[in-house]
Amino acid sequence: MTTWLFRRLLQAAMVVLAMTIIVFVGLHVVGDPVTTFAPPEATQADLARIRENLGLDRPFALQYVSFLSDLVRGDLGTSYVYGVPALELVLSRMPATFELAATAMAISIVIGIGLGIYCGLYPEKSVSRAIMAGSIFGFSLPTFWVGIMLIMLFSVELGWLPSGGRGETVTVLGLRWSFLTWDGLAHLLLPAINLALFKMSLLLRLTRAIVRETLPKDYVKFARAKGLPERRVLGVHVLKNIMIPIVTIIGLELGSVVAFAVVTETVFAWPGMGKLIIDSIQILDRPVILAYLIIIVLMFVVLNLIVDILYAVLDPRVRQGMMS
Amino acid sequence: MNAPAQIRTGAPTLDVRGLRTTFHLHAGQLRAVDDVSFSVGRGQIMGLVGESGSGKSITGFSIMRLIDRPGRIDGGEILFHGRDLLQISDRDMRQLRGTKIAMILQDPMMTLNPVLRVETQMIETILAHEKVSRREAWERSRDALGLVGIASPEERLRAYPHQFSGGMRQRVAIAIAMLHRPDLIIADEPTTALDVTIQAQILSEVQQLARNFDTSFVWITHDLSIIAGLADSIAVMYAGKIVESGTIDEVLDQPMHPYTMGLIDSIPSRSEGRRRLKQIPGMTPNMLNLPAGCPFRSRCAHATSVCQHTPRLTAPSPGRTLRCFHPLAEPVS
Repeated sequence: MTTWLFRRLLQAAMVVLAMTIIVFVGLHVVGDPVTTFAPPEATQADLARIRENLGLDRPFALQYVSFLSDLVRGDLGTSYVYGVPALELVLSRMPATFELAATAMAISIVIGIGLGIYCGLYPEKSVSRAIMAGSIFGFSLPTFWVGIMLIMLFSVELGWLPSGGRGETVTVLGLRWSFLTWDGLAHLLLPAINLALFKMSLLLRLTRAIVRETLPKDYVKFARAKGLPERRVLGVHVLKNIMIPIVTIIGLELGSVVAFAVVTETVFAWPGMGKLIIDSIQILDRPVILAYLIIIVLMFVVLNLIVDILYAVLDPRVRQGMMS
Repeated sequence: MNAPAQIRTGAPTLDVRGLRTTFHLHAGQLRAVDDVSFSVGRGQIMGLVGESGSGKSITGFSIMRLIDRPGRIDGGEILFHGRDLLQISDRDMRQLRGTKIAMILQDPMMTLNPVLRVETQMIETILAHEKVSRREAWERSRDALGLVGIASPEERLRAYPHQFSGGMRQRVAIAIAMLHRPDLIIADEPTTALDVTIQAQILSEVQQLARNFDTSFVWITHDLSIIAGLADSIAVMYAGKIVESGTIDEVLDQPMHPYTMGLIDSIPSRSEGRRRLKQIPGMTPNMLNLPAGCPFRSRCAHATSVCQHTPRLTAPSPGRTLRCFHPLAEPVS
């Protein structure tokens, strides 16, 4: 168990290392950040001084080595634009993104799995067919377009919901939350639905397929032959088995829902990490980009770890393998 | 302690009459079970024999009323202690399943739910039908495991199915089936997936249980050699129909249907040396597109033009049925 954990952490460190190299090289090739954010009236001498201050005048390899040695000490550098530590900047935007992502994921889990089970149990019903047809739109329409359409319909035409921002927030545990006020909730709803739509369709189709696959299994027949009530056959025998693959997918998708929040945050002007990273990429704010990506990578690693542990909780066969 | 003889000769535990189960597929109607009739007396074991796809498993699931769509039972009667199972409510049927009629399936690796402890799967079977405490249900489960020859049942109850070997899993399945002392057990090829030594152990235990508790069995198998030592009577199925039935000795010693004869001939025998095994030529017919007449005629050496018609069910002697225009009259050595 400990070796397993150690190996996973080592893997994570390798992934972070590889990612930083790629980003470093990539940004170096793209161009000189100083020209993008320096005022237009700055002279060549000004630019050179800025470069010197930021350490960008040094050779590329040297820059990378000093970045790594800072990284080991937990220092991810200072944003070129905001002048504050990059990590702090990204972390300050994280709660907004997590709030949006968690709400979107909750919506897709509840609706996606619920409808998926229904469609799997009654594939012939016309309601199921309609749901399945609708789900195709869910993952084939581009997120940004759906977001714009949602704003057009609910904000512009009907005027029911606000079109952007976080609305009124409440500070709990030192962080600002939208979902605790009615205004905040109204602001959260549209972007959350927008972000949830794709995952919901994915989970729905996946759940349906797994249910259809599980129902003809012998252990389900045997459970029925034992005279168990149908709700126990479905609620325990079927549900416990289908949760194993579904949990894996949810874990992986949790990561990508945070990453995909970039598009939704941009459309709805949601002040999260996604909006920050888009802005930072445009002005080549290297420390912020790196800090964001490192956090995303670590998040994926942690999520995968949680999925593996949940897997063991759900499946006794995996549990045995991990112990030995 | 054994039941007196007159009860055995009374009403049979199970009496299936003209059972018809059809699968309504896009490609057409598949009549998997067609006009099947047989009866099983109390404490008797009936072997239901046939090749894959002959409809023997579907017959078993029909008796349990566990046919999934697009399948449907659309004819006949299944009299269990004289009561037609096809007429009772779903609720009553569910109460019968597990208590009066139980089932054992072919693959012990697939029968038990992989993510639930054995005790969970046993206790739920008791609690689904009886209002008893968990403690009592647990104790009965433990005793049931002991009864089928599982050592240290207390510990084994905590285990998951994957911690058992195949034979042990089948014993657990049998223990679950026996929990409520059912009158009838449908056994769908329960020893096919096991080693021969384990197979023999399980068979002898089942015989023991049948004798001790007067349980009737419908033993579905493709293996005539198992049936020979186990069953009291036999019904041979081909393409959804029972082509021959009778007591085990009559049918095996003097088969009348050419298909039964073919099945007996394809059992390897040691005494006859290294002769080439006889085989039944051809393949089982496509059930979706059954030609009119006797379905076996294309593989039958005795077929004549009369076989273009469907043979009726006849009773060549009391307790024996046959569906053939050209019965093999002579005794076979």
